[in-house]
Amino acid sequence: MRFIKKISYEQDVRLFQHEGQIFWYSLLVMSVLIAPALLDTFYIGELSLVFIYAISGIGLMILVGYTGLVSLGHAAFLAIGAYTHACLLAVGVPFVVSMICATFFSALIGGLIGIPALRMTGIYLAVATLAFASIVEQILTHWVSVTGGFRGMAVELPRVLGVELYDAVPFYYLCLGILVVCLLLALNLLRSPMGRAMRAIRDSEIPARSMGIHLAFTKTLAFAISAGFTGLAGSLLAHRIGYLAPDSFTLLISIQLLIMVVVGGLGSLHGVIYGAVFICFLPQIIAIMRDFLPTAIARIPGLEPGIFGLILVLFLIYEPHGIYGRWLKFRHYFEQFPLYRKAAHKRQKSYLRTERLR
Amino acid sequence: MEVIQLLISGTSQGCVYGLIALGFVLIYKATEMVNFAQGDIMMLGAFFAFTYISILEFNFFIALAATIVTMAALGALLERTILRSMIGEPPFSVLMLTIGLGFIIRAVAGAIWGNEPRSIPTPYAGGVLSYREVIVGYENIVIILGTLLICGFLFLFFKFSRLGIAMQAVSQNQLAAYYLGVPVKRIYSLVWALSAIISAVAGILIAPVSLISPLMGFIGIKAFAAAIVGGFGSLPGAIIGGLIIGIVEQFAGLYLPTGFSDVSAYVVLLLMLLIRPQGIFASMQQKKV
Amino acid sequence: MSEMSLSFGGLLAVQRISFDVNNGDVFSIIGPNGAGKSTLINLISRFYDADEGTLQFEGRDITATPPHHIAELGIARTFQNIELFEHETVLQNLLIGKHVYRKTNLVSEFLFTPAVRRQEMAFRKEAEDVIDLLDLQHYRHQVIGNLPYGVRKMVELARALCVKPRLLLLDEPSSGLNPEEKEDLSYWIEDINEELGVTIIMVEHDMNLVLRSSNKVMAMADGRCLAIGLPDDIQSNPEVKRAYLGDF
Repeated sequence: MRFIKKISYEQDVRLFQHEGQIFWYSLLVMSVLIAPALLDTFYIGELSLVFIYAISGIGLMILVGYTGLVSLGHAAFLAIGAYTHACLLAVGVPFVVSMICATFFSALIGGLIGIPALRMTGIYLAVATLAFASIVEQILTHWVSVTGGFRGMAVELPRVLGVELYDAVPFYYLCLGILVVCLLLALNLLRSPMGRAMRAIRDSEIPARSMGIHLAFTKTLAFAISAGFTGLAGSLLAHRIGYLAPDSFTLLISIQLLIMVVVGGLGSLHGVIYGAVFICFLPQIIAIMRDFLPTAIARIPGLEPGIFGLILVLFLIYEPHGIYGRWLKFRHYFEQFPLYRKAAHKRQKSYLRTERLR
Repeated sequence: MEVIQLLISGTSQGCVYGLIALGFVLIYKATEMVNFAQGDIMMLGAFFAFTYISILEFNFFIALAATIVTMAALGALLERTILRSMIGEPPFSVLMLTIGLGFIIRAVAGAIWGNEPRSIPTPYAGGVLSYREVIVGYENIVIILGTLLICGFLFLFFKFSRLGIAMQAVSQNQLAAYYLGVPVKRIYSLVWALSAIISAVAGILIAPVSLISPLMGFIGIKAFAAAIVGGFGSLPGAIIGGLIIGIVEQFAGLYLPTGFSDVSAYVVLLLMLLIRPQGIFASMQQKKV
Repeated sequence: MSEMSLSFGGLLAVQRISFDVNNGDVFSIIGPNGAGKSTLINLISRFYDADEGTLQFEGRDITATPPHHIAELGIARTFQNIELFEHETVLQNLLIGKHVYRKTNLVSEFLFTPAVRRQEMAFRKEAEDVIDLLDLQHYRHQVIGNLPYGVRKMVELARALCVKPRLLLLDEPSSGLNPEEKEDLSYWIEDINEELGVTIIMVEHDMNLVLRSSNKVMAMADGRCLAIGLPDDIQSNPEVKRAYLGDF
């Protein structure tokens, strides 16, 4: 059990609350930095994918976990980022500029979608974003002159300031660097007034309004920021998969992104990382398991989404706070040992809380 | 003539959307849960009917009854085992839960019945009714008649039966209904059963028109759009929303370039949300302070 | 504060009510349930649109001001059934009250520049002053969801104070409090009014609290104003008695 002595207000806005955190986070950074020296190239590639998913997860977490808006169409922003980046690279725009353009273009589209969408709440918004994503998917398929339609389009190799980054290891460091920058930006946002306003909207819109928060503007902004992060992730993903086709950005991907933030733990950036690891490595684990299962089971079509669904359902019922929430309880248990009380994390029985008037 | 032809095929397609949308709305009204797995429940209904008719070789009408009983039990079971524990959780969690449920149902159906498309033999298959140049398949007529029948049944059920009135009471005020002695939990199970029955009938009706496969549940998403166009929470709205989307889709398929037919449902939805966000039959209002 | 006259269509929840509140007043609104008291508060904080009539604050017409601008003008409110940000700590709830004083922009917040840091420190200091005033030190870092009702009620009051309002709207501040907490509340209302110079409009059922803290009372019934005057006069007004007790 650690007791922190607080002597100045500044302590509460620091990124690290105590030395222990600094130690553990440095250890984590060290281990991901030296990982390429120890791991197989395949796993380095998979880890870069984890980082890319984590970047888009940050975007989705800001929207879902911190502003309380649902999006069933984030694959569309991933697609917009990826295609914008690929198209700009194809016409000879430098890598960094193109990536920044992709980010801002996604954010712009996100903001535009946010404007009508913020008049709706909950389920309406979810379906509106879903409709938007389906429309984007159709545009990608049918706008052949730009996107190559079903045949897809090749992505040029990443080259930053003359340095080629297409090998697994340099690309890994690129993704890692961008992820760390994104994490810092998100942390900063969340400890400043705008992030606080977003969390206020998530918890209750009515008092947020009476405290002077412009609901429509803040929601649009959250949408744009979220789309921006996801678009950035999309531009990296374009390099990771190398060849863009509409079927890389389906409803299934949108749902997978949502599963990532829910299973990781809503309302925490830690959760994003856990969730990204989860959705990248679960398919690997399933693939390995297939070899040991009887063929009848291993050859079930839709086994992978089925297992994803099963895990999602189990989490929602038994651990709505996700992997991160479970970890917090676990840590609490050891800190309090042997004084741990079982009821400490017991959920209160909730009643049907209605938003309807009738 | 072409227009009438399109109107009729659009109507029959729209009826299917409308029926699935009815399933959504019933559950939403009573329990405030949005069941994203409704389309997959429809798919299960179609597969059960397939099992009873093609594998066990029941008479069509006996198989229909057996499917309805099976699906009612399954709907109630789902509610009892999985969704009961989610009452009072945020709507987003319930949404995610039903999405996950949809994945599971699809995987299970794939494991049992395989992935290749199947068809159900029906006594009315193949026949057509033609008047001048308009040709209408019996399947389409059966879909429209079936939908009318279900609507009539639901109207009478909610208007006159004790159970129907109790369901309305629960949907308007859960706590008050509970205090007045309405068995709220049992009503929830029954609502899920009823919704599963309607979806299963939709699945059987659509089976002769489009083949059944584990992935057929995805038309549930369009039905969802229909429910919102009609105004989420309104039963007649669900049917009318379904009809609008079904008809628009047929016309877009013929008069607009390829690809538009697939997205027309979503375009209608987005336009609706822009112009009249509460849907045709508004039933939701802002929370009171 | 000057002439206010409002009315509310359809149900006629509030019918042509006019009143002035002077700077520095504690103005109480009393009346049986359903008299339209909360509606009045919602009208002033612009959650409802009036069908007719105008609303003025410090000589400015605010009849059509959007609700999120109300706080900026210096009007803060509390709610009848506590509306706090459940998943946040007390401190974060209070800091939300500071949102109207936000001067930094999004880019500087993404980078957490020194300006943002200074602003955060300034907000924190002012929030701490309110915490000291209302004795909330113990609860500073606790999440709202875990707090008892009485404390939440105080946190809501504190959050409204963080806006540094010149007009404070309290919707049944004492409902659900125990006698001890009510006692404290009456002192705090006095403090807020006298030391901070905040004008208060409150809807209240507890006559003791009304008599003790307010210097002007309006009695309402069925959306109409029965009488406005000094607390003691209102208490002895025959029409007000009839509204509460019915005809004899």
